[in-house]
Amino acid sequence: MSTVKLDITKEHCPMTFVKTKIALSKLQKGDILEVLLVEGEPLQNVPKSSREQGYKVLEVSHVEGQVHKVLIEK
Amino acid sequence: MGITELNILTEPKDPKKLSIISFSGDFDKLVATFTLATGAAAVGYEVNIFFTFWGLDAIKQKQGRSFVGTGSLPKLFGFFMGGLRSAPVSRLNFCGISPKIFRYLMRKKNVATLEELVEAAKALEVNMYACEMAMHILGLQKSDFIHEVRDVLGVATFLDISEGGRTLFI
Repeated sequence: MSTVKLDITKEHCPMTFVKTKIALSKLQKGDILEVLLVEGEPLQNVPKSSREQGYKVLEVSHVEGQVHKVLIEK
Repeated sequence: MGITELNILTEPKDPKKLSIISFSGDFDKLVATFTLATGAAAVGYEVNIFFTFWGLDAIKQKQGRSFVGTGSLPKLFGFFMGGLRSAPVSRLNFCGISPKIFRYLMRKKNVATLEELVEAAKALEVNMYACEMAMHILGLQKSDFIHEVRDVLGVATFLDISEGGRTLFI
């Protein structure tokens, strides 16, 4: 199992979702994707859509300012 | 026809399927098409795009102006219509300057460009189809399109494919 980091704090719709989805598709089952994202649409919907697609959201935590960290297990 | 005229043609039964009829070859409407397509695919939707008429320009292998097509009139049309890189904006095109300005602004503001959205659609395995009738008029072959175009369809097959989801006409 490995952890891959993805920073989408500077991305805008739809690339926030697109980059998360593509990163997840490259992982092996059991690997973890650590996503840095900002409040608003990315924070509301990246964890939600990941859960809906069958991935396990392990943690959503505040980092600093508007930046949050989401851990997603494939 | 403006983006405000995007029409929802059907009520969804299966909310996880989005089908888009890409009729316009305009830059701004193609951005709308590929933004919706990639966003939907990324959050788990099955996405189908049916390219017809001017929309076929978006999926040509040759992205600039070239004499694509069989026959002199289709070749001439093919040249003036061009491909993805030649797409005009639907308003204030200013002889093709505006798409260049939009591309500059999109890069500067870190928003995905049209070309990046198309690449994302390929990576997310969005299903792309070409309209058989429009291809026939314009003298285009499947080999004139990017490899990711899955098939050449007529209306009946597209209706089968899109059944049960949302359908948009752009």
